[in-house]
Amino acid sequence: MEKVLLKGNEIIGEAAIRSGCKVFFGYPITPSTEVIEYLSKHFPKVGGTVVQAEDEIGAINMCYGAACTGTRVMTASSSPGVSLKQEGISYSAAVGLPMVIVNVNRCGPGLGGLGPAQSDYFQSTRGGGHGDYRTIVLAPSKAQELYDYTMLAFDLADKYRNPVILHTDGFLGQTMEPVVVKERPEAQIEDRDWVVDGARGRKKRVLASYSLTNEVGEANNLKWEAKYKDIQEKEQMWEEFHTEDAEYLLVSYGTTGRICKSTVLNARKKGIKLGLIRPITLWPFPEKAFIPYKDKIKGIVTVELNTGQMIEDVKLSVECKMPVHLYRRQGGMLPTEHEILAYFENTFKATAEEV
Amino acid sequence: MEKVFGRSKGLTDVPFSFCPGCTHGTIMRLIAEVLEELDIIEDTIGVSPVGCAGFSQDFFSCDFVGAAHGRAQAVGVGIKRSLPDRMVFTYQGDGDIAAIGTQHAIHTAARGEKITSIMVNNAIFGMTGGQMAPTTLEGMKTSTSPYGRDISVNGYPIDLPRLIANLDGAVYVASVSVDSPKNILQAKKAIKKAFMVQKAGLGFSFVSVLSTCPTNWGLTPVDSLKWLRENMMPVYQMGELKATEEVKSL
Amino acid sequence: MMDKVILAGFGGQGVMFLGKVLAYAGMGSDLELCWIPSYGPEMRGGTANCSVILSDEEINSPVIDLADAAIVLNKPAYDKFSTRVRPGGVLVVNSSLAKLDKVREDITVIEIPATEMANELGNNSIANMVCLGALMPSLRLVDMSRIEKAMTKLAGKKPELMQVNIAAINKGIEYTK
Repeated sequence: MEKVLLKGNEIIGEAAIRSGCKVFFGYPITPSTEVIEYLSKHFPKVGGTVVQAEDEIGAINMCYGAACTGTRVMTASSSPGVSLKQEGISYSAAVGLPMVIVNVNRCGPGLGGLGPAQSDYFQSTRGGGHGDYRTIVLAPSKAQELYDYTMLAFDLADKYRNPVILHTDGFLGQTMEPVVVKERPEAQIEDRDWVVDGARGRKKRVLASYSLTNEVGEANNLKWEAKYKDIQEKEQMWEEFHTEDAEYLLVSYGTTGRICKSTVLNARKKGIKLGLIRPITLWPFPEKAFIPYKDKIKGIVTVELNTGQMIEDVKLSVECKMPVHLYRRQGGMLPTEHEILAYFENTFKATAEEV
Repeated sequence: MEKVFGRSKGLTDVPFSFCPGCTHGTIMRLIAEVLEELDIIEDTIGVSPVGCAGFSQDFFSCDFVGAAHGRAQAVGVGIKRSLPDRMVFTYQGDGDIAAIGTQHAIHTAARGEKITSIMVNNAIFGMTGGQMAPTTLEGMKTSTSPYGRDISVNGYPIDLPRLIANLDGAVYVASVSVDSPKNILQAKKAIKKAFMVQKAGLGFSFVSVLSTCPTNWGLTPVDSLKWLRENMMPVYQMGELKATEEVKSL
Repeated sequence: MMDKVILAGFGGQGVMFLGKVLAYAGMGSDLELCWIPSYGPEMRGGTANCSVILSDEEINSPVIDLADAAIVLNKPAYDKFSTRVRPGGVLVVNSSLAKLDKVREDITVIEIPATEMANELGNNSIANMVCLGALMPSLRLVDMSRIEKAMTKLAGKKPELMQVNIAAINKGIEYTK
């Protein structure tokens, strides 16, 4: 199988091409720009279309239009740009449109900086725009996962007729790592009787989200709620690392999730029984991962690149049965594995002797 | 008995729900007739905006997509770029296309997107109950310009077709009115041309139609038509503002 | 086994390219690797740095706390990164552009007049390769044959570029013998 060395952002572009994505609409913003650059160069060769839109709002609404036709579509941006897209994402969720939205997180609020961050966790997992909706959120932690989860994102978007967010960061976007580019059969998309492509020999279709009466509005909300519950039941994904005999857990995703693996290995060398749960789906949050550990873990540290956002989901998942602490860096800073371990040891006074 | 006039096949059976004297219905009928005459009803996807024009999704018999306020053209671009052989048009009010969606109006034209946009200009926000629009005339009273539009405070009305005609990607731009039988025929000609331009893949085509809003203007239907003629037509440049050589030879 | 290398200098000194040579050498050896550039505002200030991790096992944390080796192509890069080499590690300094008063004693410091040597080869832009040569004996996971293959890939349609680069690396290796 072909192995390539590309920047993380370029890998996302390559995965989109190989996922059967046909159109891409975007607007340049650091540190996500390599996605649109890569596709601008390589997409036309395989019949794909890239439109550099007038702005992020234009781009997401072009995605909305493309998705209405049943065409696989993607956009990519970074935090401030993704804020601009929120209205369009809300409308897309309301109509039930499959699309992939890449958010190469930079730090905020405001213009912020370009360094890696996870400060858009709330925005990604709580809907982000107006109204009560959810988007599926995938969090890769290395280049191979950028490739694999981009592909998965398209499939999940189609399966549930829902926008899917690939939640990554500037560090992953700019770093080059080898990736095995797997070809895969195009996903079977059975239900296509909703797309708008011209009423040829059939009744006209309308894709819109306006509910003229409150009764219709509630019926729609109940329908979407049922879908979100179905997704929560079926699509939780996570990775466990040295959890089987763990007395303490780190919980972290993306770049920090990967750094935490080194922390766990260092702790184990010292005889500390530390494990890691790395959420892969941020929404639905992998609550199921915590069930076996709820009653036997002494404490948890979530490691995040924000002021503590995922920690709320972790506390809910373990029903606050144990202390849950936060170790975080912000503003584009990344922690080292040693800093995380030092915080953990200091917080729980955990030493080999004690455990 | 011979049937000499009927509902266009481009329209559904849903009765128009517009206020008495509103000319939205007239404009929609013209578009529907054009779709029928060009035999493109089954090839066409319309994009509806937010506002009174948003009801268009119920009245046309072609496929439709409802867009967020101001975003109809971006949505239309997404559809057209995905299905280049289909016909795509947006049906938008002046607030939608000339205020909250201006960036799309400019760039859809500049990129020469092969879609057709119809702007219905009644100089006011109708759906929300008569607020000032980007097209509200100087001195005109609305609920957000209760003392009349004051240029020193609110600036000047935008004549969007003039703006769009300056952009190379826009190949056909016309400004018409539906205040009289003669002008209605002119309007239909312009709309038909706009769709033919798209069918020929020549570039962006844009038709602005001056329209009435008796309810929010506080006038009778007949007085509204008179008001439109006397007040709007002198302000907004009328006729074919732009038709490239290629368009003229269609 | 893992080699963590930091590379730093002025923009235009070929820092990113140097990193790519190491990365492609790692690809050729089927190693796990990360090539991590500085990006964004860091790039605009005239200094450039990147780091490369080569490993024969999975790379978990890609964050380099202390590197096994570093190449610094000028004085500002030396000032910024000399403390980032682990005790026992190796620091290659382009002494043409960085005159050092006193150096750390817990690491091996290789001072090499790389810019002058590059000029002798008739191309002052290959000081980066001279420094790579000086570091080669300390790298555990890539050898000269892999570097040559990587260079072939990167040089693409300019084989003459490859020849001069290889010559520069060899000169660096010679110097440290």
